[in-house]
Amino acid sequence: MTRFVDLTLNGISTGAVYAAVALALVMIWRATRIVNFAQGGMLMVTTFIASDVIGSTGSYWLGFVVALACGLVLGALVERVLMRRVEGGPPLNAVIVALGLLILLEALAGMIWGNTPRSFPPAFSIRGYDVGGTRLLFAPNDTFIVLVVVGVALGLAALFRYTNLGLRMRAAALAPEVARVLGVRVGRMFTLGWALAAFVGSLAGVLVAPSVFVGPSQFDPILIFGFTAAVLGGLDSPPGAVVGGVVLGLVLSYVSGYEGASLVTLAALVVLIAVLMIRPGGLFSTTRERRV
Amino acid sequence: MSAHAHAPARPPARRRLRLPRATLARTLALVLLGALVLLLASEGLSSYQNLQLADGCYYFAVLAGLTVLTGLSGQISLGHGALMAVGAYTVALLVGNEHWPLVAAIVAAVLVSSAVGVLVGAAGSRLRGPYLAGATLAFAIGLPALAEKYSSTFGGANGLTIDPPAVPSWLGASFPLERWEAWIAGIGALVVVFVMNNLVRSGIGRSFRAVRDDEIAASLCGLHVGRWQTLAFVISAACAGLAGGLLAVVLQLAAPGSFQLGLSLSLLTAIALGGLGSQIGAIWGAAVLVLLPGWSEDLAHSFSLSQKVSANLPLAIYGVVLIVAMLAWPTGIQGALRRIVAIARRSSARGG
Repeated sequence: MTRFVDLTLNGISTGAVYAAVALALVMIWRATRIVNFAQGGMLMVTTFIASDVIGSTGSYWLGFVVALACGLVLGALVERVLMRRVEGGPPLNAVIVALGLLILLEALAGMIWGNTPRSFPPAFSIRGYDVGGTRLLFAPNDTFIVLVVVGVALGLAALFRYTNLGLRMRAAALAPEVARVLGVRVGRMFTLGWALAAFVGSLAGVLVAPSVFVGPSQFDPILIFGFTAAVLGGLDSPPGAVVGGVVLGLVLSYVSGYEGASLVTLAALVVLIAVLMIRPGGLFSTTRERRV
Repeated sequence: MSAHAHAPARPPARRRLRLPRATLARTLALVLLGALVLLLASEGLSSYQNLQLADGCYYFAVLAGLTVLTGLSGQISLGHGALMAVGAYTVALLVGNEHWPLVAAIVAAVLVSSAVGVLVGAAGSRLRGPYLAGATLAFAIGLPALAEKYSSTFGGANGLTIDPPAVPSWLGASFPLERWEAWIAGIGALVVVFVMNNLVRSGIGRSFRAVRDDEIAASLCGLHVGRWQTLAFVISAACAGLAGGLLAVVLQLAAPGSFQLGLSLSLLTAIALGGLGSQIGAIWGAAVLVLLPGWSEDLAHSFSLSQKVSANLPLAIYGVVLIVAMLAWPTGIQGALRRIVAIARRSSARGG
């Protein structure tokens, strides 16, 4: 029973990270119809920067804030300089440019910081809580991860739902032509969407770094499972991304706990196919499915 | 290639050397020409270059199939590396354990990977764009895990080794093994050229394009959209199985390390770089996959750079090539060449 509780809690905390990456991918997909495979590289770079800042100043929170700020800037920069040129073009070209950027960022990080992964400090203790004499695997740092991701998800939901800016961003994403006629600066909204998405991504990077370490290709599995979670939940739905992330985190945690870590990727495949066979647009899709 | 088939008849005044018009004759002529080029090339190349030629041939086989899937049918797959693994393991098991003749094993590899392609394609035909990409991505990372799970059959992380293909005695005792491997892979590639060239010009190819361009219009014309998309997936899976089987023969090994996600992604980047929907594009893509790593390695070592930088420079070059190529030539190398040729022809027509 303790094992089940441990695996569940562990699943929720890794699921929260997948949810954050999925959220970053979903925001970009909604705004510009691009699957941003470069997200894995972008959050890797910001986490490296955080690691350097923490190393030289000794302050975790300064590194945390710097990473998030760098995420915002990097996201805006990538959209404005690179992705603007392939938006609205053939979908494969955007995918290839994003992959090229991922490869380039990983290579640059290897040149600057070296290919050997380094450790990254957690925000809070990673010593599990004591409950009734047994120590859980769930630690204060995991509580922090879950709370931060929930907070960011709610904050974004509020931004899109209740603010004028959120309304303009949604309008730009859903009907760019109409929005432009009505005076929305569509391009600026796209840049902002990418910046916010990269902000969420860099958050995921800093949160997961203590357990996966920081290295050029260390975050690839996070990107892959984040994308799987986004597809699972439905690429158009931010709540879907969160639910998809948590579901995937739980399933992978149970499989790796009870069946062994080597089956984790196979389990992700089975879950994804099972869900997509019933709902081809993901769990939270609103469009009618297609008959075959 | 399709542009040739649909190009309006040119004025008869301009006489040019051209291939026969009938598809079958034209394809046979192409295959013979290709066989001649491969034969002459393999004579003149060193044994390392012959291995590269063999690599290029099996890459071409999978890319030609992928270009039908993405270029003609409009589906994006991130999972063809895993389908290559299916072909490679089939050949390794049948040749290594059951001692089947090579040709039979490769045919079996094509059949098995087609069967897997039916499953994945039928599941995928309900999915659109990024959802199909996600499902095939999960396939690409999930399948190699099977090799570790059933390690008694599939040899775990070390994989399965097979004996090098026996060089036939009529070629003489001194015939190099590498050249024979290049021939085997070359024959596989030529079979793909023959089948695919006939296919894209047939009703099947036209149906693929119809479904890609407008699903609703296609289904109003009586085309079953899902079935045609599944068929495209199966054809590309068969090509991937052939390529995987050839890879196992050339490397004499089928191991999970050869079929990581990186392979599937580099296949996708290769068809985009080469040019979608054209077999010549697949040739360019295969050439990039084979030659670029070596060139960028040489380039990285020709400067005296720190180890950190030189170790990562080839990867950085690859990333930059992908980004710049997609921004500069959105239709790939073949599209860019076609445009250059068109401009040259127009200016020469104006001049004359």
